[in-house]
Amino acid sequence: MSTSSGTSGVGGETHEEMNPEQQIAREDYAGHDMPVHEPAHPVPDPGVEEHIPRLTDVDQAAADRVERQVVTMFMLVPVTAVLFVLSYYLIPRDSFVDFGPLHASAKHVALGLTLGIGVLLIGLATQQWARQLMANNEIIEERHPGHSPADANEEAMNQLTVGIDESGVPRRKMLIYSALGAIGILAAPALVLLTDLGPVAGPNYRRRTFETTLWKEGVRLVNDITYTPIRPEDLEIGQLVNGVPENLKDLTGAAFNDAKAKAPIVIVRMNPADIKIPADRKDWQVAGILVYSKICTHVGCPISLWEQQTHHLLCPCHQSTFDLADSGKVVFGPAARALPQLPIKINDEGFLVARSGFPVPVGPSYFERDSRKDLGQSGEYR
Amino acid sequence: MAKPAKTATEAPQRPEQPDRQLGPVMKFFSGPAKWADDRTGIGGIMSGRIPNIFNLRKVFPDHWSFMLGEIALYSFIVLLLTGVFLTLWFKPSMGEIEYNGSYQLLRGLPMSEAYASTLNISFDVRGGLLIRQIHHWAALLFVAAMLTHSMRIFFTGGFRKPREINWVIGATLLFLGMTEGFLGYSIPDDLLSGVGVRIIFGAVLSIPLVGTYLFTWFLGGEYPGDLLVPRMYMLHILLIPAVILALVGVHLILIFYHKHTQFPGPGRTEKNVVGYPFFPVYTAKAGGFFFIVFGVIVLMAAVIQINPIWTYGPYNPAEVSAGSQPDWYIGYLEGALRLMPNWEWHIGATTWSWNIFIPAILGFVALPGAIGIYPFLEKWVTGDDLEHHVLDRPRNAPNRTAIGVSAITVYVVLMIAGANDIVATHFHISLNSITLVLRWGIFILPIITFMITKRICIGLQRTAYDRVLHGSESGVIHRSPSGGYSEPHTPITQGEAFAITQHHEYQPITPGPVTDANGVARKGTTKERARRPFTRWYFGHNVAKPTAAEIEEAAHHHGGHEAEGNGQEAIESGERADEQVGAGHSD
Repeated sequence: MSTSSGTSGVGGETHEEMNPEQQIAREDYAGHDMPVHEPAHPVPDPGVEEHIPRLTDVDQAAADRVERQVVTMFMLVPVTAVLFVLSYYLIPRDSFVDFGPLHASAKHVALGLTLGIGVLLIGLATQQWARQLMANNEIIEERHPGHSPADANEEAMNQLTVGIDESGVPRRKMLIYSALGAIGILAAPALVLLTDLGPVAGPNYRRRTFETTLWKEGVRLVNDITYTPIRPEDLEIGQLVNGVPENLKDLTGAAFNDAKAKAPIVIVRMNPADIKIPADRKDWQVAGILVYSKICTHVGCPISLWEQQTHHLLCPCHQSTFDLADSGKVVFGPAARALPQLPIKINDEGFLVARSGFPVPVGPSYFERDSRKDLGQSGEYR
Repeated sequence: MAKPAKTATEAPQRPEQPDRQLGPVMKFFSGPAKWADDRTGIGGIMSGRIPNIFNLRKVFPDHWSFMLGEIALYSFIVLLLTGVFLTLWFKPSMGEIEYNGSYQLLRGLPMSEAYASTLNISFDVRGGLLIRQIHHWAALLFVAAMLTHSMRIFFTGGFRKPREINWVIGATLLFLGMTEGFLGYSIPDDLLSGVGVRIIFGAVLSIPLVGTYLFTWFLGGEYPGDLLVPRMYMLHILLIPAVILALVGVHLILIFYHKHTQFPGPGRTEKNVVGYPFFPVYTAKAGGFFFIVFGVIVLMAAVIQINPIWTYGPYNPAEVSAGSQPDWYIGYLEGALRLMPNWEWHIGATTWSWNIFIPAILGFVALPGAIGIYPFLEKWVTGDDLEHHVLDRPRNAPNRTAIGVSAITVYVVLMIAGANDIVATHFHISLNSITLVLRWGIFILPIITFMITKRICIGLQRTAYDRVLHGSESGVIHRSPSGGYSEPHTPITQGEAFAITQHHEYQPITPGPVTDANGVARKGTTKERARRPFTRWYFGHNVAKPTAAEIEEAAHHHGGHEAEGNGQEAIESGERADEQVGAGHSD
């Protein structure tokens, strides 16, 4: 079991001389062997390869040439800086570059190119200097073991022991218990202060929020952009319209956004002969017009890709596919639940209105969601 | 043949003689230097008098792959610089206003102040678009550099003792970097980022037991509410960067303390580090490299558009654009979400969304988690408690290398899955078939790449040992009077032979006696038994490196029989690896 033997193989190797400064570090650790493998070497270590001088080391002219290159690069930087300043003030805002695949504001491109080239020149010049002109003799530095010297460790333990002793804790233990307890309890005020970041999602809160949308009996279905109410005869067979509840119009700000993240619907008219309707949903539709939640039951993206021929609705985020002709069941993808269907009817004026709210919560799953009333993938109530 | 180390003796002879005259610059600074040293003792730190932490002439080895971490560091600095500029203009508010800026197509539209101010930065603040694009490109580069940096360390075994802490810090930084990037991508409140936020909060909801509570707590109510952008902004510009900065500091201090690892080579041992001094060579090289990284990012920002938020419009919870893609480092999570089958449990009045929780939440934690835990798993198998400063050549740790490659395979499969709609439309393949194929591929492909990689590593070991024994091919074909053909081999340098044979050879644990000499049950045998199959699997296939005797013998052999045809020299690839490599060559 050579792997865990813990023996350190400091052995026949003679160490090369070191820089004086490096010796200091080493002396501190004298007598502490590095816990490393010194594996069997079938080929003896020849030592660091011979230093080969560069052209710039032996040829003065070459070194001078590199110096000129470096200095030239550094001296071009102020030029780019001036060009940057000029571009900032002088290039008109609305001027435009149209060059190959590049269509961009001329000011933006000019600022970027001058700054970029300037910064890059500093880097290139420094590299050239370091690579060609700075001494490149390889240096060997001895390593030290990761751990501290054994006596240092002991010393630290001693100091700790003495300190603990002098603090009086060994004799009066309540001191430290009460101190730690006092500091620890401060976590309570800190955590309590964070409580108000958001409401607690208890059952009542969930009922008012996750499980409620703006839909209720009699709310008109309106176009999501124009807010025009919709009559059945406005829809052709195969047509899908994005809709919202008419009362969304009354909201503003965060309330509007919150409602809009839950209430959007798709209104789709299909040939009644093509649709499978479960017995308990017979009166949820009007002449082949069905309404589903637009919010994906996976993670809540608005579903938007409608395949007229197959009656499939595809979510562009993760490709969950729902069959609108078959109660919105999942036919492909990572979503697990059918799209909730909104029961609708026609009101006295001939407009499409909701028969009730959504019978199940819309949108993504959450832990406390009672999903027993949903249509599962298999079509059975789960 | 490399010569014995002359440079080692050269080094102390180089400039730092104590009686050297100070130059004019040093003379000028000697006053202020004394002032500072009297108050801080800075001279002791710079000269290395306080052992092992720092000295100006600290030696760093040279290798291109050691720059990957530097790229990460420098792009982080660029992020800090440009981020400060952006905070001067960005308004982290979801308050609704009507846009009246200079981008005609969105004028008069209601939108959040966050989005409007991002448009303002892009169109009305001079140089604002440049800084925004530098910031975004630097963010993409930051995560990419961290990931490739970690790959370099993984494949060369740089995470082994004493560097495990730094490795775990690195994995944490990767996690924080991805989070930070996602937050930054989200706060402009455009349509694209809004959809990303919607997905993430859908994922939060899927966390069993606490998801719903976390959701309302962080959002301050329902999604999206009006607190999300300011809260993400605080995390993005204050909390997470501060943690990253602190961890980067510790990371660098530990690098200085451990001294840098080095690749095997002549004169390189576990007890030294061979390279160039921090000052002036690496001050110039690393400092210069900062400007190169910065300059390249600026040039990219100047001519390559990134995240044109104005084309998507303001966020609207009822809209989404097809073909939306997150920033690249979130791609694997997106892919995991798309690949996952729709498993959901409905138990009583509860819903367990494994279809979301596993890919999005566990997947997010799994990447840095798996990276972070690896050194400890490997250590358990190897039982290796010694320090390692000479890096492994990836071939010499075939199983580790193969594990790394199969992990990358999983990552790439998820990335492709994350773009399955793009793949489908560009290559005219059915989206459903791509998803189904990748669902199987994520299990099958890593196994295949594992086996291939391991075989390649073992093959490379053989080739390397062949070089030690027989030298390199000379390219000259000799025909003997009897009509046989042979190729004389040129011996390789001692330096190369040393580098090839320098590593430690691990052996599988052989079962020890259950009882000790006195017949008393030995301690730890149960543990050892548990480890045994793993060590057999981990080391059992390694090719034994040639012994000194074999090398000697091979040298004689080549001296005498060079002209003879020795076509049987090739070692069959299917051969059992535990056979001696030397057995393959002809007699």
